[in-house]
Amino acid sequence: MIDRGYYGEFGGAFLPEILVATFDELVEEFQKAKNDPSFWEEYTEIMSTYSCRPTPLTFAENLTKHFGGARIYIKREDLNHTGAHKANNVMGQGLLVKRMGKTRVIAETGAGQHGGATATMAAKFGFKCTIYMGEVDVERQRPNVFWMERLGAEVIPVREGTRILKDAINEAFRDWVTNMDNTHYVLGTACGPHPFPEMVSYFQSIIGTEARKQILDREGRLPTRVYACVGGGSNAMGIFSGFFDDPVELVGVEAAGRGLNSGQHATRLSSKDASIGVAQGYKTYFLQDQDGQMKETHSVAAGLDYVGVSPILSNLRESGRVRFEAATDREVVDALSLTIKKEGLIPALESAHAFVQVFKEAPTLSKDDIILINQSGRGDKDIFTVADAFADPGWQEFIKKKAEGYRHA
Amino acid sequence: MLESYLRTRLKEKEILLMTHIVLGYPTFEDSFKIIEAMVEAGVDIMELQIPFSEPIADGPVILHANQKSLAGGATVQKCLDFAQEVAQAFDISFLFMSYYNILFKYGVDRFASETAKRGLQGAIVPDLPPEEGQTYLRAMQEHNLAPIFIFSPTTPDDRMEYLASFGRGFIYCVARKGVTGADTTFSEQLDSYLARCRKATDLPLALGFGVKEKRDIDFLKGKVDIAVIGSQTIRLVEKEGVGVVGSFIKKLR
Repeated sequence: MIDRGYYGEFGGAFLPEILVATFDELVEEFQKAKNDPSFWEEYTEIMSTYSCRPTPLTFAENLTKHFGGARIYIKREDLNHTGAHKANNVMGQGLLVKRMGKTRVIAETGAGQHGGATATMAAKFGFKCTIYMGEVDVERQRPNVFWMERLGAEVIPVREGTRILKDAINEAFRDWVTNMDNTHYVLGTACGPHPFPEMVSYFQSIIGTEARKQILDREGRLPTRVYACVGGGSNAMGIFSGFFDDPVELVGVEAAGRGLNSGQHATRLSSKDASIGVAQGYKTYFLQDQDGQMKETHSVAAGLDYVGVSPILSNLRESGRVRFEAATDREVVDALSLTIKKEGLIPALESAHAFVQVFKEAPTLSKDDIILINQSGRGDKDIFTVADAFADPGWQEFIKKKAEGYRHA
Repeated sequence: MLESYLRTRLKEKEILLMTHIVLGYPTFEDSFKIIEAMVEAGVDIMELQIPFSEPIADGPVILHANQKSLAGGATVQKCLDFAQEVAQAFDISFLFMSYYNILFKYGVDRFASETAKRGLQGAIVPDLPPEEGQTYLRAMQEHNLAPIFIFSPTTPDDRMEYLASFGRGFIYCVARKGVTGADTTFSEQLDSYLARCRKATDLPLALGFGVKEKRDIDFLKGKVDIAVIGSQTIRLVEKEGVGVVGSFIKKLR
């Protein structure tokens, strides 16, 4: 094996022997691509023509007035093709797959956004595509399954374990150990064995690079604090990476679900329920019991409902470079509601976690301070989940009538 | 220790049999009965899998057994106690098999020391390559235990030699790509892979993944030292119950 990819004591590559050669090849191709200036050019070209890069930076004037503190800016990753930052990573890995000459891609998905993005990439580049999705997530994100299938992907519901994101990752690995000759596993977040944390962060760094330039153009100075929600950690790594060398406070917000004391959450870096472990090929903080068995997790946002977290973020927590907070399901729905009404923006439930923390802290800062939030995805495409989160009676009535209509179809 | 045990047995048998069970599946009582039947039927060495919630290298059969064992209340402590009981009761070699997180959370040194104290001979940890296993390798050596390493058809020759330099007891050769429990074609293709394995090490060779009937084992005679039966006995227990394990094993050799 070539390079182990450690961040402090976190990361590594805890691989079954059958995959070692595949990872060696991936590490080598990624290094070659990184050292080839034309690769990043090709990447930014495709992101500006196939997706909407650079994504805009929006000044949230009404929210700023509402809280009467720091000036709030929002980085609009929701305006990417397929509606989330996931496109950045997927297109980058797609270009690598072309370089490696492979013809099939597989991916796990939680909310369905990474799966959807991978399916579009596969359609565009002409790859065969299989998406693994926990059965629970298939049920709560049916519209995304519909689109993945229309895009030509095969969506396989995973009925093992807790039937959510981590189980989908396990199944994708099981596919990969069989089909590695022609297949690349497009891991969706900055987790997993080396080189995935580094590689996914590399592609997502386009967010931070753009955001830093945009805020300097607009305000002539750096933000005081930057906020991002943290599931696996890829959107957070993306925006944070633009500010690592600046005197800027970085804040990651995890899913507190039904509360940190409820045992039903996905808070790894800001709760006592997590400890260091090794699973899914890497070492990081996991929500696990004393024996090392992974626990069930919960979040209203399927994309944050994950048992581990990027090893790079675990290291940044240990070093104190990033502060971690958590937002409950209830707080998230309130923050989403306020953002929709005040700004006409519809963040994804995942992204709304970052807004919760901003709304807590903005009033305590001065009017000279600047806050930057990464709106990692859009919420309107998750209408079934969001409507449920709001318990919207009109929507429920509509669904009942719609179902009635299908009964006779 | 393990290697000399295997070599002694190989003087009397053309090929040795290693079987695999998931501890606590369906219950610990059944696990005991299965082991008893296997030893009686002539099994030479057994892998005792400590269940883990994320067994990434295992296929559906062993995965389900892991999940059901955990749902039934299996803990690492119960597995250690149980292993001690069987190691005392039966005169064959036993190994632990589990994923690295189980050892890591228990404490790698403590795990090795308990493994030795309870009379087991070694361990198979499929997600721990030697590059990540410095602590583990030291602890295993200190307690005179065999760390079993794995060759796969995708492993290049130089890496086989590298892995063999850390291995003790025997080398576990995976017959094909994929996870446990799927079919393997026992053909001449396998021969050239096994020849590469043989060249890379003087340790005894075991072959597993997809071995499920007498024909497979006959094919392996003279080519490897140990045939490994994994998922097939678990499948059998699921379908026909614990009672048929003994007669199944007896028919294999």
